[in-house]
Formats: sequence, C-alpha cells, structure tokens
Amino acid sequence: MAGKPKVAICWLGGCGGCDETVVDINEVILRIVDAVDIVLWPVAMDFKYHQIEALKDGEIALSMINGNVRNTDHEEVASLLRRKSQLVLAFGACACFGGTPGLANLRTKEDLFKWVYHDAPTVVNPHGSYPQSRVSVDGHELVLPEFYEQVFALNQVIDVDYYLPGCPPPPDLVVKALNAVLEGKLPPRGSTLAPHKALCDTCSRNKTKPNRLAIQDIKRIHEVEAKPDTCFLVQGILCLGPATRTGCGETCININLPCRGCFGPVEGVVDSGAKFVSALASIMDAENEKDVERLVGKMDDAIGYLYRFSLPTSILRKKRHNEVEEL
Amino acid sequence: MAKKLTISPITRLEGHGKIEIFLDDKGDVKDAYFQVVELRGFERFCIGRPAEEMPRIVPNICGVCPTPHNMASTKALDDLYSVEPTPTAQLIRQLHYNAFYVEDHYIHFFYLAAPDFVVGPDADPADRNIVGVIRKVGLDLGSKVIDVRKRCREIIKLIASKPAHPEGGLPGGVTRGITAEERKWIRETADDSVAFAQVALKLFKNLVLDNQKYLDLVLSDAYMLRTHYMGLVDENKKVNFYEGKLRVVNPDGKEHALFDPRNYVDYIGEWVEPWTYIRLTHLRKVGWSGLIEGDGTSLYRVGPLARLNVAEGMATPLAQKEYERMYDTLGGKPSHHTLAFHWARLIEALQAAEDMQRIANDPLLTGKDIRNMDLKLKNVGIGCVEAARGTLIHHYETDDRGMITKVNLIVATQHNAAPIGLSVKKAAIEFVKGHEVGEGLLNRVEMAFRAYDPCLACATHSLPGEMPLEVNIRDKSGKVVQTLKRF
Repeated sequence: MAGKPKVAICWLGGCGGCDETVVDINEVILRIVDAVDIVLWPVAMDFKYHQIEALKDGEIALSMINGNVRNTDHEEVASLLRRKSQLVLAFGACACFGGTPGLANLRTKEDLFKWVYHDAPTVVNPHGSYPQSRVSVDGHELVLPEFYEQVFALNQVIDVDYYLPGCPPPPDLVVKALNAVLEGKLPPRGSTLAPHKALCDTCSRNKTKPNRLAIQDIKRIHEVEAKPDTCFLVQGILCLGPATRTGCGETCININLPCRGCFGPVEGVVDSGAKFVSALASIMDAENEKDVERLVGKMDDAIGYLYRFSLPTSILRKKRHNEVEEL
Repeated sequence: MAKKLTISPITRLEGHGKIEIFLDDKGDVKDAYFQVVELRGFERFCIGRPAEEMPRIVPNICGVCPTPHNMASTKALDDLYSVEPTPTAQLIRQLHYNAFYVEDHYIHFFYLAAPDFVVGPDADPADRNIVGVIRKVGLDLGSKVIDVRKRCREIIKLIASKPAHPEGGLPGGVTRGITAEERKWIRETADDSVAFAQVALKLFKNLVLDNQKYLDLVLSDAYMLRTHYMGLVDENKKVNFYEGKLRVVNPDGKEHALFDPRNYVDYIGEWVEPWTYIRLTHLRKVGWSGLIEGDGTSLYRVGPLARLNVAEGMATPLAQKEYERMYDTLGGKPSHHTLAFHWARLIEALQAAEDMQRIANDPLLTGKDIRNMDLKLKNVGIGCVEAARGTLIHHYETDDRGMITKVNLIVATQHNAAPIGLSVKKAAIEFVKGHEVGEGLLNRVEMAFRAYDPCLACATHSLPGEMPLEVNIRDKSGKVVQTLKRF
C-alpha cells in the first residue's frame, strides 16, 4: 500500500453536497480508490487530529477541502491539513469564495444567536440559555467549537494551491482534477481547474443575444414566463452569465433558470459582482445616470444576486448589517 | 473514576455532530449527549433576499437532502403567493420528489445500513462496507443499486438542475416541462424502481427477518425507545411525503394532534441547551420534559418508522401489503424498535417507486401548463414536506415587494436530536459495563444512530466503506486511557 499517493477529502463549514458529487463520479471512483490511498473521507471533529497529526508533514499528496471556515474547529483542521499536504485543492464554491453561507457576513454573530436561540417563534428558552464553548452539565464538561464573527473562504485562512469551483463542482471536472494530480499534469499553482471562458461563451442561448443589448426593465423570475431558448438578459431577467466562469454544464440554464454565479468570477477577475455591474452598465438602455439609477433600483437585492456565492471574497468582504443596507 | 467517551464524527445537518458518553465511578454508562457543533445562520442571512430566490438558496442547508429543502421552500412560495400549482406542475414536482426518495432511501440502506445486516454486525470491519454487501448479494444486484440511484438522479437533474443543489421551483409551478420523449425513459426508470424495491424487500426478508439472531437484535431492548411520533398524512391518513396534515401519536399510538402545518408554532417548541448549537424540538402542549422516554416525555421522533407509525397505512397497494407484514412481525403499532427504521425505509421506497410509476403514466405529465401565474402576495408563507429523514418546515415572511423579512426553519435531524442521544445511551448501557468497553461497542452504538440516517451518511459511508469513528475513553484529567478506532 505504501507508494500510493495519500488523498484526504474533507469538509469544513459545508453541506455535504460536495461529498455527494464525489460519489456521483460513480464507476470512476473505483479506479481512483485503487490508485490512491484515501486517508480521510470524511473528516470531522476529534479523530482526524490524532490520525493526521501522526503523519509526516507533506505526507498527504492532495487534500480536497470543501466548505468555508466559520469556527475554531474548521480553522484547526484546515491548518493541520495544509501542514500535512503537498497540495490543497479548494473544492466547491464555499471553499473557493465562501459560498452561499458566506451571506451570513451581512449579519453579526449576536444577530444570528439572538434569533436562533431567543426570538424565533418556536423557541422555548425560559433560562435564557445560549450555546457555550465550554459548559458543565450535571458535573460533565461539554465542549463546543468557538463560533467566529464571520465566514472565511479557505484561502483567507491557509494557502491554497488550486481551485475547483461550483455548487457543487460537476463530476466531470472532479475526475479531470484528480487525473491531473495523478498524472502530474497540473497547471501553475493558483490556477482554477475549470475552463477560462465565461458562461455566455458556452451557453446555447448566446446566439439570441444581439451585439448591442438594450435592457429597459429588470424582471424577477416569478414575474415572467421565461422563453426557453432566448438569452435571459434579452428578456430583462438577471443572469450572471457574462461575469461567471463556465464549466457547470449549464444545468440551470437547461431548466430555464438564469445563472446565479456558483462558478465564481471569470479568469483574471477577483470580484464577479463588480464585473457584472460593469457588464450590466454596458447593456442597459440608459441615456443618463438617472436611467441607470432606475434600472439598478429595480435590482431589489443587489448583494444577493451579485454575491450569492462569493461575499467573503468580494471587495465588500465583511460588512455590518446597517452599512450593507445602504448599498 | 468517571470517564468520558467521545464519538466523533457522526452526523451532519447544519454541519457536524458528536456524541459524548459519560461513565460513572463504577464504569457504567451515566449519560450520553448528542451535540451538533455548528451553526450557519440561514434564518438570518436570507433576510433581504427576494422570496422567489429561496428555493435556489436553501438547498445549501444540506447537500445530502437538498431536494426536500428546495421543495419545502417552493411550497412556502405557493402559500406566500396564495397560488395553487397547475396539475402538471404538481405531477412534475412529485415526480422529482419521489425520485429523490427512491435514490436517497437506497443509498442509505445499501451503502450505510446493509453492511450491518447483509454482511453482519460481527463481521470483520474490513468486509462491513458496500463492497462487502456487493460480494454477499452478488454483483448483479450491486450494480442495480448503483444503476437505480444514477437514473433517479437523472430525473432530478432533468427537472431541477444539479441533484446535490436543485434549483427548480417557482410559486405556482415549475420552471421546465416534460416531453413525450423524456416520459419514455422516466417510465422505464419508474418500472425498474418498483421491481427493484420488491427485490430489496425480499433481500431484507431473507437476510434479516429469516435470521432469528438479527430479528432478536431488531426487537431487543437496547434498540427500543418509547416516544411520540410525527409525520404527514393525506386525507385518508395514509403516508404522504409531499403534502397533507401533520399527525402526532403518543407512545401508545393514540392521536395527540392532527394539524395544518401552517399552525406548527402551536405544536412544536424548540428548547435551547448550552451544550449544543441545535435547538431540541418537543411537543409544546406537553411541555419540555427533558431527555426522557416513555410516559411523560415531550420528545417525538420523525422519519420512516415515525411516518408509518402515525399513518393508518400506505398510499399504494404493494407498499400497503409490506406495511401490514411489518407490523405483524413487530407486534403491532406503534413500533418503538429503532432498527425498524430500516425496514420502514424500504417500504417507503416502494411507495415512492409506485407513485413514480403512477405519475409517469399520467397523461397530464407532459402538459404544457406548468405555471399558474395568478400570484397574490400575502406576506406569510409556510411550506411543509416530509424530508427523507423527517418533517421539514419552512416559514417565510415578506414585505409588500416579496422581500424576505423573517425566516423560521424546523428540520428533520432537529426532531430526532434528543432521541438519538437517548438511543445511543440505551445501546451504550447494554454494551459498556464496569469499565469494559467491548470491541462490539463501536458498531453496536453506531447502529443505534445509523437507523435515523443522520445526514452525513450517504456520501461518506460508501467508499472506502466504513463510517469513520473513534471512541476515546478518558479519565477525569482528560487523559486517553483507551482508544478504539475504525477508519
């Protein structure tokens, strides 16, 4: 068994969907399992420390880490795996950009706790209890990880070598990434292991997009019956296609829903929201600033559209609730 | 000397969980705590989002059972906009939902539970995994398991985009219709799923029920817990995964409540404990009883066995026969045998497959009318479904533009969190005595919570095969005196 490269698959603050997508590579996994020695899958609390700490630094060839970082446990695991691994792959939107739960950065920790343990209509809490990182119950000491003030993407906590975006990453790209590692055919460190084009470039509806778009109105998805073959933007429906990396297989477009950006920004762009706003400005039918304001005003939840998967790595980073309200 | 056993990792819901078992001075089990160690705050950061985007956001709560979140959310939008989905949209949603039930129940049973029963609870851990299951049942049957899962997930992809993060669903309908061409392979998948469901039940009968040793295990006190039960039933009080009223029965099987899920706040309370991030649900009208079973408990369980316990029967004919057979064997209703969750799961998969078959043959499935656009915003919307693991409620409130102002979520593993702790405690009492931690402890304890299918399961138990688990036994100073590991 020695000689086989060691691989760790690990979740931090994730939902398990990234692990499901690894199962979805079906038959291929048998070959992968044959070629590598999986030392962790999944990872969670206690046991990983003992087992992984026993390994030499750099002994793991590849750690595929999904989920974001929200508490002390996540950070400890991320740091440990970094130390023990030659390569760290940020796996999925949460690890790459913070993911949907990164929208929690719009709220303070106190706000979350107050609702969840006090204000919610179903809460029964006569003693005013809140979860504690260390508490004694009937003489037994119980420990919980410390909850951070905000959500971090993986590269805000440890160095990351490669990125595989998506919510979740599609099975074909997972297989490609694993093969690239096994065959030693990796691009330069820091690369994203997905196509370098924008979603629009591969979208079948792109041919219906005129050279010059002139959006006059912005509509929400429940307000209209979207035409199944026409560019969403042409129909006035927000679609993040121009600013989002392709590689997802257009699965949302195929069910007649516009893109929400789970693959993150196109190559060379850090902030997909800013990129989209500049793209939007160029396709709006706006004579003057007032028109622009009117149209942008129609975009009821700019942050929720532009940073659905990427708030922690956006130029906005962590914003307090009242600051964000003003945006 | 008092000792502490830590079992971790074990589950996920909003993240990870662990179980702490405390021994008394004699070395017998004193207490067990099921802790959920993570919180992500969906209820707060969804505020300010457009309501219609919620079915696309909430699947991130759990990637193992994302379809129920997507569906509860979509149904909350129906309620929010006072709109009835078109008949075709209802069929497409229910096709999506049943396809999810089939694939999710099978991945649980074959990848996670079957190693204990098919290979055996005392088998070499190296064989106690999906590979061992396939070896025992044959490659043919093993390939069918993988095939059924794959094809059901193709249906989900067709209707709702990514199976691990479905995005479809709008108030009053769905985003995409079904073509006559697609109906053909959907029908084949449904037919094969029904056939396979029967094979799975036969396998369960041959390997578990006809084996006195296993049957004794299923019926033993170690795996029995007397609680209330909750689940959705249709107008005939038959099992329904997608809609209906919530029914609660007490430990004697008598009806405690039957209510419209919109009134859930009157019936369900969430207790806060400082040692876990999860809120512990209980029956509000009984009042928080603490972590106890039997008479006086306010705890209830959800999931496959709970749904069968609260219902008067199954909604489809083949599943109904199996339902009757199960309760005959278990000695009547309700059944408190935790390991019977597995059996109930297989019977439910048969109902889901039969229902898929009905839908696949319905002329309306390929109808063009997939959305009811008659939307009337009323500021509050509540959606309820039975997730594979139990009752799921999404409650949204909005402003006059349909922007979210309030969110309350009640999710399946929450209902079962306190009972899981109790089940583990009972199993541990049976197997840990006088400081002796038997080698069988790991698997016996695992079996106690595995029956609930606490979400982690599917993705992780498959390959290389074992649920990673470690039990640390610590003395008072925290020093590890013995470690049992399985990786």
